[in-house]
Amino acid sequence: MTARVYIPADSGALAVGADEVATALVAAARRRNVVLDLVRTGSRGLYWLEPMVEVETKAGRIAYGPVGADDVEGLLDAGLLQGGGHALRIGRPEEVPFLKRQTRLTFARCGITDPLSIADYRAHGGFVGLERALALAPAAIVEEVVQSGLRGRGGAGFPTGIKWRTVLQTDGAQKYIVCNADEGDSGTFADRMIMEGDPLVLIEGMAIAGIATGASKGYVYIRSEYPHAVAAMAAAVAAARREGYLGPAVAGSAHPFDIEIRVGAGAYVCGEETALLDSLEGKRGMVRAKPPLPAHRGLFGKPTVINNVISFASVPIILSSGAAFYRDFGMGRSRGTMPIQLAGNVKRGGLFEAAFGLTLGELVDDIAGGTASGRPVRAVQVGGPLGAYFPRALFDTPFDYEAFTARDGLIGHGGIVVFDDTVDMARQARFAMEFCAVESCGKCTPCRIGSTRGAEVIDRIRGGEEREANIALVEDLCNTMKLGSLCALGGFTPYPVMSALKHFPEDFGASPRLAAAE
Amino acid sequence: MPSPSWSKERAEAIIEAHRRREGAALPILHALQEAFGYVPEDTVPLIAEALNLTRAEVHGIVTFYHDFRHAPPGRHVLKLCRAEACQSMGGDALAEAAQARLQAGWGETTGDGSLTLEPVYCLGLCACAPAAMLDGKPVGRLDAKRLAALVDGARR
Ligand SMILES: Cc1cc2nc3c(=O)[nH]c(=O)nc-3n(C[C@H](O)[C@H](O)[C@H](O)COP(=O)(O)O)c2cc1C
Ligand code: SF4
Ligand code: FES
Repeated sequence: MTARVYIPADSGALAVGADEVATALVAAARRRNVVLDLVRTGSRGLYWLEPMVEVETKAGRIAYGPVGADDVEGLLDAGLLQGGGHALRIGRPEEVPFLKRQTRLTFARCGITDPLSIADYRAHGGFVGLERALALAPAAIVEEVVQSGLRGRGGAGFPTGIKWRTVLQTDGAQKYIVCNADEGDSGTFADRMIMEGDPLVLIEGMAIAGIATGASKGYVYIRSEYPHAVAAMAAAVAAARREGYLGPAVAGSAHPFDIEIRVGAGAYVCGEETALLDSLEGKRGMVRAKPPLPAHRGLFGKPTVINNVISFASVPIILSSGAAFYRDFGMGRSRGTMPIQLAGNVKRGGLFEAAFGLTLGELVDDIAGGTASGRPVRAVQVGGPLGAYFPRALFDTPFDYEAFTARDGLIGHGGIVVFDDTVDMARQARFAMEFCAVESCGKCTPCRIGSTRGAEVIDRIRGGEEREANIALVEDLCNTMKLGSLCALGGFTPYPVMSALKHFPEDFGASPRLAAAE
Repeated sequence: MPSPSWSKERAEAIIEAHRRREGAALPILHALQEAFGYVPEDTVPLIAEALNLTRAEVHGIVTFYHDFRHAPPGRHVLKLCRAEACQSMGGDALAEAAQARLQAGWGETTGDGSLTLEPVYCLGLCACAPAAMLDGKPVGRLDAKRLAALVDGARR
């Protein structure tokens, strides 16, 4: 008999033993004279169930997890390949509440298809957006993206279509499409999952951007911490080129477009778009002053679209289903869906793509199921190392760009890191300062020096030295950093620091009343 | 792991293979580090000449990026995540345990030359924290016991 089995090759699944499970399964099947058709997929994003094994049955796919290599014999005995009963049997993955509650637009194929198979990609709706784009005039493609309401998913939330329009309207013989795959924020892995699990959707999105703006060359700048994503993207680019989706005539059209993969070198600040461009040019990753905008003078001084991985990967569905379809999801000025990443001390960690508007409490308590440690949730950092710490009292905040800004926070790239009641918030505030000091590009004094000073002063507070005066000094430093920094590294480090001070003053030895009155 | 001894001929061949690419500096530095395990100081003038930059400029680039090593690493490299999601799952205690077990601080190599310990700020494995990467292989859901088995296994 032949049996089709799916096991993720996503690095999150590999980190908990997916390769060992695959090896054990192949060996056991051979001993039993079963021919296995093993497909390595991306991850569904249900990481607490990884390594997850799915088998094709008459009733659709049946999942098992988390599977260890030593579970394999028992699973086969229980009839794994027919979807038989076992303690690890999950049933149909689509019925797992964590997945069932999602709206998977950008991640529709992730965890389902073979990431490098063009045929599989096409069979699941791939390249329909590109074909529609090829039938439109560039300005009409741009208009579709504008109308969808898509905002940049890298952090700043700038409307993607407006950026594309600027590049379209800027003259230039050579223009570039640059994909920001630096994903440096702790608690985020959506870019990594797409690049490993559905790289062709990113390639399709970038090709559409090229056609829309008149750019023929694209770069994907991937952080070096993601070797598996680098390999998957390189293989997917080669596959797309072989099948004519990249190259001198994209999908047989008159548009040339090709993509090159570049690897970062461990500098967080290179996620900032202008520092990234400098780095791509072969320089130190220094932040540039704006203007000029990258749309006018970007990579090598040429008009450049620079967008996050998820921004590009959301474009194919916008083109294939239409701007109105996408815009109908969400709330206020936050349209469409957001891949939210539930991370850290959570019972159910993973990727949760949903329309904007769920509250922080729903996400942390209901969907993530509280902490992995079983202790009470005390603080939640949203939006990476430059994002604010939220206490339970603010769990009614809806996941929406403006709602988070109104509460002195940001949603950033959509990462949520949960901490239980053992967390020391003064230590977290110190870490924020230390991280800024380590990663500062060095251009602005408040960022470079202020963060080092900030870490020292917080050490003194933690040591019980002149608490009131030193807390005032930290607040002062934060103000200087906010006002005197060119980019959000120096400018937003005050968010985690100030939110820790404001919502958790007891960890700084301050009287709660004093800090709250501030 | 790459051989720690570098040769001028190999370095020149690597530089030659990449020098005509747009923004060639990072691809060259990555390729050198992949070949030698670090970026030898003596390659700086070679890169400068190939890319028409000053030595100071190349030196500035090499030192700006945390990835590039200035000395050969041990036979294995363990990158341990120190960022927030891993902190929330006991990453700080794990880091202390690792340093004590290896008798090596951040960026240092064990006395027997078997392993270099490096800090990393997020590996995108934040839903399987605490996480690390051993010679490019991701590992998650670490605790002191699993980490000890991992490093002991590699150093054997
Ligand atoms: C210090 C710093 C780090 C950043 N890191 C990233 C990153 O890793 N990925 C990303 O897409 N955007 C990052 N950004 C935001 C980018 O500067 C920029 O807004 C983004 O690439 C624009 O793409 P988007 O509009 O599609 O979001 C960072 C910004 C700053 C200030
Ligand atoms: S705020 Fe910091 S990282 Fe940003 S430009 Fe200034 S010194 Fe560089
Ligand atoms: S914070 Fe450690 S892997 Fe992301």
